Order: sequence, then C-alpha cells, then structure tokens
Amino acid sequence: MLEKIKFYQTGSNTVGNRLLNPSMRTIQASVDRPNALISGHRACQGCGEALGARYAIDAAMRATGGQLMVVNATGCLEVFSTPYPESAWRLPWMHSLFGNAAAVGSGLASAAKIRAQKNGDSVVPRVIAQGGDGGTTDIGMGCLSGMFDRNDDVLYICYDNEAYMNTGVQRSSATPPSARTATTMPVGEHPGADWGKGKDVPLIAMAHGIPYVATATVADLRDLEQKVTKAMSYHGARYIQILVPCPLGWGLKSSGLTVTAARLAMETGFYPIFEAEYGKITSVRKIRAKQPVTNYLKIQKRYAHLLKKNADPNTVARLQAMCDQNIKDFGLLGDDQPELNPTAIQAYERSQAI
Amino acid sequence: MTEQIEGSLGVAKAVALCRPGIVCAYPISPQTHIVENLGKFVKSGALKNCDYLNVESEFAAISVSIGSSAGGARTYTATASQGLLFMTEGIYNASGLGLPIVMTVASRAIGGPINIWNDHSDSLSQRDSGWLQLFCESNQDALDTHIMAFKIAETVGLPVMVCMDGFVLTHAFERLELPTQEQVDAFLPEYEPREYLTPKEPISIGSMVGPEAFTEVRFLQQRKMAKALKVIEDVTAEYRKITGHHSGGLLDCYRCDDAELKLIIMGSTVGTAKDEIDRLRDKGVKVGLISLKAFRPFPYEALRKAIGDCKKVVCVERAFSFGSRGIICPEVKRAMEGTGCDVKTAIAGLGGRAIFGTTINGIVRAAFEGKFKDEMTWFDVNSNVLNSYTKDGEGVTFPEGPLSDSQLHASVK
Repeated sequence: MLEKIKFYQTGSNTVGNRLLNPSMRTIQASVDRPNALISGHRACQGCGEALGARYAIDAAMRATGGQLMVVNATGCLEVFSTPYPESAWRLPWMHSLFGNAAAVGSGLASAAKIRAQKNGDSVVPRVIAQGGDGGTTDIGMGCLSGMFDRNDDVLYICYDNEAYMNTGVQRSSATPPSARTATTMPVGEHPGADWGKGKDVPLIAMAHGIPYVATATVADLRDLEQKVTKAMSYHGARYIQILVPCPLGWGLKSSGLTVTAARLAMETGFYPIFEAEYGKITSVRKIRAKQPVTNYLKIQKRYAHLLKKNADPNTVARLQAMCDQNIKDFGLLGDDQPELNPTAIQAYERSQAI
Repeated sequence: MTEQIEGSLGVAKAVALCRPGIVCAYPISPQTHIVENLGKFVKSGALKNCDYLNVESEFAAISVSIGSSAGGARTYTATASQGLLFMTEGIYNASGLGLPIVMTVASRAIGGPINIWNDHSDSLSQRDSGWLQLFCESNQDALDTHIMAFKIAETVGLPVMVCMDGFVLTHAFERLELPTQEQVDAFLPEYEPREYLTPKEPISIGSMVGPEAFTEVRFLQQRKMAKALKVIEDVTAEYRKITGHHSGGLLDCYRCDDAELKLIIMGSTVGTAKDEIDRLRDKGVKVGLISLKAFRPFPYEALRKAIGDCKKVVCVERAFSFGSRGIICPEVKRAMEGTGCDVKTAIAGLGGRAIFGTTINGIVRAAFEGKFKDEMTWFDVNSNVLNSYTKDGEGVTFPEGPLSDSQLHASVK
C-alpha cells in the first residue's frame, strides 16, 4: 500500500506530483514514461482495460529497466492492440491462445533464463502474462494454477471486467450475482446471473502460497502502479487482479464513468482491494467514504432490472449484505489492521442460497 | 557407442545430445520413459543449461513449449494419444507461429474405448495441423530422426512430430548406436533463431490477421512445407555422412527392384514386413516394401518414383478415417494419378493388435490373388467378436477372414 501522504488538495491520491519526492511520483506523469501500450489501438471509448494495462505495464517497464516481455491471452486487449499489420505494443509481446497465457509465460521466462545463462548475461528479462477474467478465471485456470504451482517467475495480471466482453458480454466465473450478461439475461423469477456461483481467484492464488497477490482498480492508479512495482520486486509466481470497468458490457451511463464505477466498487465494499504476501493478507485499502451499493448499481445498465419499480427489493438488499460481508471479512472500514482470514464471497452467497 | 538399451532411453539420450534449452514433461503412456530419463539428465547435471518443467497437462506442455520456443530456446516435449488431442489447440498455434518445437509422439490409439496400445490414429488425427510428421521404423531410426528433426525444424521454421510406435518401439530393448557429442555438435549448431522475443529488439508475435492477409499467411506456411521436402533430404544426407546410420529420409525402398507388388507401411511394422518379404522373396514372390518416413510433408514425387511402373500397391494402415476409408491410400493415389496403378488399403494393427509376419504374408497373398476388390479391407478383423455383438442385436453375421468395405456396407442394408 501507498505510504501515508499529507494531502493538501483533494483528500485523495490525486495529490500533485510536485509535492512528492521523485521516487513516489507517478510513472505516467514522467516525460520519459515507457508508453508500452501506445495510442492508436482500437479500444472502445472509456476502456478500463486499456487504462489498466497501460499503467500496469508501464510500471513494470520502469521497475525492470525495460527488461520486460508480455504474453497476452486472447481477448479484447489482444484484439484491439494488434490488428495485423499493426501493433500498439512497444515491448516484446506475444499472443498464443485464449487459455494458455500463464503457461506460455512460464516457457518464455524459462527461455529468457536459459539464454541469459548460456550467454553469460547478468540481466534476465522478466515476464508478464495477462488476460481478461474469462481467459484467467475460466479457460486459463489450469495453466494459471500450474504456473503458481511451479512458482515460475511470471507476474500474471488479470484485467477483470466481470464477463466475456470480447465475444459480446457473456457470463464468466467472475460475473457477480444478478448482473445481466448475454447468457444471464434479466428474465424469469431470478433475473441476471445466478447467486451462489463463481470463484474468488485472488484467494485461490493465495492458497498456492505464492509470493505476492494483489487486487487493484483503475480508480486508484497510483496504488496500481505501486502494486505492480512491488510485484516486480519479487521473483516467482505473482498475481494481480485489476477491476477494469467496461462501459459497453456494464452499460455505464456514459463512457466517462469508468473510473467512477471502479471507485464505487471499492467504496461500497463490492470489490475488496488488498495485498497478500506468501498467502497472508498484508494490507487492505480502506474505504474512504462508504457508499450504499445502489450508488454503484444505478450507473450500470447491467443492474437496471434490480432498480425497476416491480423489482424484488430483496436482491439489492442481498447485494448490500454481500458488500457488508466483504467489509467485515477484509476489515475495509476503520483504521486498524487486524489479521485477516477472509473466505470467498461465494461462500457467503452459497450459504445464503434459497 | 553401441548400447543395449530401451528405445525411450535411446531417444532421451539423442535429445540430450541436441542440447535443448527447455524440456516439458507430462506423463502419458507410452511416452513417459523418455521424459523421465531427460528429467534425470537435467537433475544430475548431465544435461546443462536446460530447464525441465513438470507441467499440469499436455495443454500446458505445448503452451510452455510455445513460450520457450518463441523465447529463443531449443524446445522438446513428448506426448501420445489423448495427450496429443488435449494439445491440439496449441499444436495448430505452434505451427502457425512457425516455432521449431520437436515433439515425440509415441503413437497410441485414441479412446473411447480407452486403449493404451499402438496404432496411428493419434498422429494421423493431426495430419492437417501444419507440423512435419516423421515416422520411425526402428529405435535406431527414432533416435537418429530426433537429432535430424531439430535441424529440419530450425531450418524450415516449423515444428516436427517424430512419430514412433508406442510400446513396440518405446519399450523395446535393442542395440542402439548413439552418435558422439562432437558429431552432433558439428551437425547441429547451437540454436540461433532468426526472430525471438527479447527486449533487445521488441517484436509482436501472434497478431490478429483478417481476411486481407490470412490466405497469404497460409500460402507461405504451405511454402515452408514444400521447402521441407528438400530440407529433409539434405539433412538426412548430411547426417548419414557423419554417422553412417541409414536413418531418416522421405521414404525408403526395400527389395523394390522388379517387384510386382509394393507394400507401403509407416512405423515399426516395416521391420516385421522386411523379414516376411525376405522369406517371400526366397520363394520367388516378387514383393517389395516402401517405408514411408515423411507423412507431412507428403513426398508425392519421391513416392511416384519409388513405386515406378509397379501396378499393384497395398498400403498397410494402422488408422482410418471414420465415414471414409484409409488415410495413406488416397495420398498414394494422388501420387500415382494417371499411371493406372492399383492402390488399396489393408487396415490392420488397430489398438495394438499385433501385425505378425503371417499377417504380412496374408496381405501379400491376398493381393496377388486379387482378393482386394474394394479400396479398403479390414484385414485382421475377428468375426467371432463382431458376431457376438451383431448376431443377437441385428441378426447379422460376418464370415471369417478379411472383410471388405462393401461387406461392411452390405451388412447395414
């Protein structure tokens, strides 16, 4: 977590760079920022994933002195950044398949190590594997777990927009309950995604005992940069999951609401932001101004069916209860830092199943 | 150096002589002994500068291989049967990306019903995957072909499957002659890829190609396959010169001079057939054998030359295409188009059913007696087993002996 800064301006981390010592200044504000993902790509207006990827990869570029290579799973990020014969990536980048980015990352990291060993190079290029939530929590889960198991020197970044956006907004195992997707339509008695399904991949990653796991959002980019930088200070398997709202898939009222939606996901307790080292939670991003879950829901069309006049009010109440459970489990309120042992929110959902 | 060792150990030693940078291991019979031995070589330090990765599935094995090959390391893995199918998505990806991975396929039947024994249905299911497929007739051939495979793959810029029959070769102990490290080093220099992922020269690999260039990408890939025909021949010639081993090549003819019938066979059955052909030749039967070594790329020209003006050819096939017929036969027909050569398929040896000298003898006799009426005949089928199923259920019985395709079709009318 970012160290305490005395804020003169806004009460948030948007404090001006000039007030910080150089080592704490945001990478994106630097004239020589790496710009690993350069403009001209085909992402939608307001794309959270493009924003998250640029900050994350640039931070890793800075942390490794440019000795970085990226493996990308199939998905929006891959499609919008590399339409042949163009590429928006200004670093070594490869795409193989949908479900194998972690394993390709393992192979690439091994090759870099062996080549350096053979050539007597002291610098071994580092590897990031990245994908969306579908490519990570569903089809890529086996390869991801295998990479964790071997503790291969790969940072895996999951850009979580809570559904398969590239194929047209279908449900993934990261889709929250009641959310509308193309395969969980708001029809019938229980509209939207089923309750009591899904998985918590950050906690699953922690259960592998890997050196570093963190969650982040594009609403707190300085925190994201800092987490990626910290991740690159470790060797072995690491996992960062970034909440990246998708204006199209979430039906945000405007494409300018990406960061707002991400912030509300944090401030409601909907998406706990934390860091874990070797399987134990070491820091939690506290809620600054707690918001009711309806403030988060009402800016997204994927939840519109919950707020209609004839909607079952219990569903919103259950989502609020879920947020409250997260707040309790992760200690998201207050100043203390208790020892935490959170369970997956899906356990709460399942225990409450009708 | 000559040793009496298991085929798998011979292949492992051959791979180690090639100094791979990455070896990926996931257990599946009958390939397992190869990667077990390589694991030992890496852990003991006998094989240096090599990472050995125990992965969680064959899909990961091919994926790690894709990453390491794109990262500029000489890469080896091995699989068989279900494992090869589990890799399939990555198989196509590796060839599309032009990565010179070498992989052993210890050929084994595909389930269901599950069957761990040898036939060629696994490797031939990947016929259109864009990999070179080299078949081995003996363990000596297998170990030599692995060494040649790295050179062929790296020269052409495509991955190579070295297909050796499961158990029949992998688990057989034979006298094997391994080349020396000096010989292999002279033959196969350190891998220096033309392009690989490195921060020194950033490139993007695997971008999205639409209709505007996809056909051209495929054309160029096919062009590499065409190039491979000569590369295989050149590399084989060079290897044979260095080692004196008569291995590899596009195909190999055995007692083909003046033959009135030529059998075409892939894999370990070639050895059995050679012995039987010797016996038949002693009796004056004019039969020869073509051992088909390269199935992809398919050596149409070389095969046409090898068959020559012989008018009778039988492909002994250990796999077939459901709803169609043999897999090798139509390729041979293409090679012989317009020559009036009669090409037939004898299906035998599925799921590990042994092909004996007597089986080959029977095929040769049936061919000379004109018994192969249809394009495809189930040669070693057991009608008792069939009838125990079809008699009660459908009132259909099959006669003893080989069954032709038309008998099969008549039985459902």
